[in-house]
Amino acid sequence: MASKSIKLKAKAENGETTVKALIKHPMETGRRKDKESGKLVPSQYIQEVSCSYQGEAVMTAEWGPTIAKNPFLSFTFTGGAAGEEIEMSWKDNTGDSDSASAIIT
Amino acid sequence: MNTNMKRRLFLKASLAAGTVGMAVGAGLLTPRTVLAAWNEAAFKADTLAAALKEGMGSDAATDSAEVTLEVPPNPENGAVVPVAVSTTLSGVQSIGILVEKNPSPLCGVFTLGKRMKPQVSIRVKVSESADIIAVVKAGDKLYSARTPVKVTIGGCG
Repeated sequence: MASKSIKLKAKAENGETTVKALIKHPMETGRRKDKESGKLVPSQYIQEVSCSYQGEAVMTAEWGPTIAKNPFLSFTFTGGAAGEEIEMSWKDNTGDSDSASAIIT
Repeated sequence: MNTNMKRRLFLKASLAAGTVGMAVGAGLLTPRTVLAAWNEAAFKADTLAAALKEGMGSDAATDSAEVTLEVPPNPENGAVVPVAVSTTLSGVQSIGILVEKNPSPLCGVFTLGKRMKPQVSIRVKVSESADIIAVVKAGDKLYSARTPVKVTIGGCG
């Protein structure tokens, strides 16, 4: 499943898999003013991120608007082998969402 | 928002919904995870204590040397501050990251699946020079570590 917003990589080493994800997202807090119009830019930020491996939730996260723009996330889980698949998805406060999968290398 | 923008958003949303729908159909995501209510009270809280209480279940966190928090001391640009949290504690349930002086201190809470190792890296925004606090929940108790950072350009403008 190709995803436009998530770049997902996973590498297995010594019985552990390290997941790295870069999500393309503006993460607007709703407090920033547009330089030209002077109006507040409406908030748009990811609220939920989850990652699963073989249908099992490895990590679920709840985020607020203070996560930086284009969030980069990295974590490690035990198990996982090259050739297996992991999934990641996110959902933001406007109802937008995306998901991606990657093969562990 | 003009009609064009709305239509674009609608299209985007329905496309995205399709992808998630497929994932749900394939049994990869249970509807519960997708629709789980976001903890609004915790993320809207404007004090550290309230954010901790709502987000992690208690505002009593013990400082612990077993929690490691890595942040650059002078990140300058508060819009992108890399934060890495790890711990040697066992039975970790969740990891929270907070920034003391942000308008809403809670940045994020990571809930660990049983496979996940208690370490996570993320980038956060810091509105002004303040302490970054990592809170680890293990055995229903909270353990924390804090590091001050100095930013020249605030990240929440």
